[in-house]
Amino acid sequence: MSLARADMAARPILEVSGLSLAFGGLRALSDVSFTVPEEAITAVIGPNGAGKTSLFNTISGFYRPQAGSIIFAGENLQGVRAPQRAARGLARTFQNIALFRGMTVLDNIKLGRHAHMRTGVLDALLYWGRAQKEELELRAEIEERIIDFLEIQHIRDAAVGTLSYGLQKRVELARALAMRPRILMLDEPVAGMNREETEDMARFILDVKEEWGVTILMVEHDMGMVMDISDHVVVLNFGQVIASGTPREVQGNEAVIAAYLGSGDVGEIARRIKAEAA
Amino acid sequence: MRIGTLKTSYGADEALFDSSVQRGLLVLLALGAVAFPFVASPYWLFLACLCAINVASATGLNLLTGYTGLVSLGQAAFMSVGAYAVAVLEIRLGTPFLLNLLIGAALAAVIGILVGIPSLRVKGLYLAIATIAASVILHFLFSHWSLTGEARGLSMPPASLFGYVIDQPFTLYWLIMPVTCLMVLGAANLLRTRIGRAFIAIRDRDISAEVLGIPLLRYKLTSFAISSFYAGLAGGLWAYFFRVVTPESFPLVNSIFYLAAIIVGGMGTILGGILGAVFMTLVPELLKFAANWLTPIYPDALAALAPVRTIVFGGLIVGFLIFEPRGLAEIWRRVRRFFHLWPFRT
Ligand SMILES: Nc1ncnc2c1ncn2[C@@H]1O[C@H](COP(=O)(O)OP(=O)(O)OP(=O)(O)O)[C@@H](O)[C@H]1O
Ligand SMILES: [Mg+2]
Repeated sequence: MSLARADMAARPILEVSGLSLAFGGLRALSDVSFTVPEEAITAVIGPNGAGKTSLFNTISGFYRPQAGSIIFAGENLQGVRAPQRAARGLARTFQNIALFRGMTVLDNIKLGRHAHMRTGVLDALLYWGRAQKEELELRAEIEERIIDFLEIQHIRDAAVGTLSYGLQKRVELARALAMRPRILMLDEPVAGMNREETEDMARFILDVKEEWGVTILMVEHDMGMVMDISDHVVVLNFGQVIASGTPREVQGNEAVIAAYLGSGDVGEIARRIKAEAA
Repeated sequence: MRIGTLKTSYGADEALFDSSVQRGLLVLLALGAVAFPFVASPYWLFLACLCAINVASATGLNLLTGYTGLVSLGQAAFMSVGAYAVAVLEIRLGTPFLLNLLIGAALAAVIGILVGIPSLRVKGLYLAIATIAASVILHFLFSHWSLTGEARGLSMPPASLFGYVIDQPFTLYWLIMPVTCLMVLGAANLLRTRIGRAFIAIRDRDISAEVLGIPLLRYKLTSFAISSFYAGLAGGLWAYFFRVVTPESFPLVNSIFYLAAIIVGGMGTILGGILGAVFMTLVPELLKFAANWLTPIYPDALAALAPVRTIVFGGLIVGFLIFEPRGLAEIWRRVRRFFHLWPFRT
C-alpha cells in the first residue's frame, strides 16, 4: 500500500479545474477541481445527488460545462466530442448499465473496440482482407485478454438481457476494457451486488490497475471497498469538493462526516466510515 | 436431428454459415436457383426476377430501418433515382449496363445522404415525414424535367453484353439474381464488422454508442448511403427489367410496401428482408389466383382485387406487428429449432 501511495506524486493523467455545470437554476457542479494520478485508483464519493454522475458525464463529453477545463493526458478536452474522447482512451461504465441488451456478450465487448478499428464500408461488404483480419484478431484478443481475465467464458454467446445484474456489470467492464482505456471511469461498479460479487469486482479493478496499468476513477457508495482499494479519494457534496486525500485523511475529515450525517439516509455509511477508521 | 456443434477455432465461429448443415442447405438452394430458369415458365421467371429486385431493395431498407433504427418512407424514391439514371445513361450514352447500374446506385446514395442529414436531430415519425417530403420533391423533379421525359417518362433499350441482348425473363434472371445475391451477401458481411455493430448500437441506445467512440451523424449517414445505394441498384435492375420508367413507376405506396416487407419478414435480420420481400411480392399473385378461382361463383371477384389487395397488406402489417413482431424470420427460427432437436424434444 505504501508504494501505491507514492504514486500520488506521479504526473496526473487527468486534471479537472474550476469545473461548473448548472441545469437551469440547479448547480450540479461548482468550481470542481482535482487531479487523477496515473496508474492509481481514485475514488469520488459523496451523498446522493452530490453531482458524481454529472461529473462523469461532463468528463466523457455528454454535458458541456459552463466553466472550467478538463485536461486529459496533457490535452485540453474543450471542443472534443464524446466519440473522440473515447478514441483517446477515456472509457467508462454507467451507473444504470448501458449495454445493448439484444446483442450477445461477445458483440457488446467487440463494440468497445470500435474506435480503434479501421474497417471501411467497402472492406465490410466484401469481408475480405482487412475486415476479416481485424475481426479475427479482435476476437482472439478479447478471448485471451478480456474474457479469460473476467471469467465470463460461459456467457460469451448469451444475450445480455438474460444475465444477472452482477454479470451485466462485469460485461460492461469487459466492454470498457476493450476500448484500450488509458483511464477507466466506473460509476458505482458494485452497487446492488452481494458480498461475493463485490469482492470479485474489487479484485478485478485492482488487477486492471496492476496488470493493465490502467488509471481508475470510480464513483462508489460502498465505503468498505473505497477504503480498501483506492489510493486517493475526492469527496463531493452539493457539487463542491469538500475534501480530498488518502482514504485515511478523508475518513477523519469532519466536513466529510458532517456531509454524510447531514444527508440523513446515509447514517449507515457514516457509521461504516467510523468503523473502518477504528 | 442435429445437436450442439463444437466450435474449434475463432475463424469457424465467426463464419457466416457456421454449420455443415447450413452450408449444405445453401448449396442446395444455389443449385435450385441455377436450375430454376431451365424448368420454370416465363411467368414464374418474371415473378422470380421481381422477387429478387424487391429483396435487394428491402435488404437495403432493412439495414437502415431494421438495423440502424431510422424509419424511412423514401425507399421507392431512391429506387426511382437509380432507375432514371440507368434509363438516361442507356438512352443518351449507351454506356455498359454494369457501369450504368453502379452510377445509378451511387447517385441514389448521394441523394440518400442528403435526405439523411436531418436524422441527427429528428427521429421516428418526423424522420419518416422528412423522407416523404424528399420523395415528393423527387417525383416533382422527374415529372417536370425534360431529361427524364417529364410526365411521359422514358422508354429505354435493353441491356446488352458484347452485342448479346438481355431482354427476356430468362436472360434477365441471370443478371438480376446474381446481383441480388451479391447484395444480400454484402449486407450479411457488413453486419459482421464494426460497421454493422455500430448500426445496431445506434438503434438500441444512441447515447451510449457515442461514449464507445461511434460518431452518430457519420454512421447514420453511412446507413442512409448504403440503404439508398441498394435502392438505386434495385431501381436500375427494375429499369432494365421493365424498360419503361415513368413518374408513376415508384409511388409512395411502394415505399410502404418495402417497409411492410421488412416488418412482415422480421426487422433487423437478413433472412427477414428476404422472406418479407418474397412473401409480399407473391401475396398479390396468390390473391389473383384466388380471384380467378372465385370468378365462376362470384363474377366480380377480379374487380375487387385491387381494394382487397390493399386490405390484405394492411391486415398483414397489423397482424404481424401484434402477433409476431419479429416476423417470418422468427417463425422460421422456431421451425428450425423444432427439427434441430426433433425427435427428442419439441
Ligand atoms: N440531466 C439532468 N437534468 C437536470 N438535472 C440533473 C440532470 N442530471 C442530474 N441532475 C441533477 O443534478 C444533481 C446531481 O445529480 P447526479 O446524478 O450527478 O448525482 P450523483 O452524485 O451521481 O447521485 P447518486 O449517488 O444518487 O448517483 C441532482 O440534483 C440531479 O437531480
Ligand atoms: Mg450517480
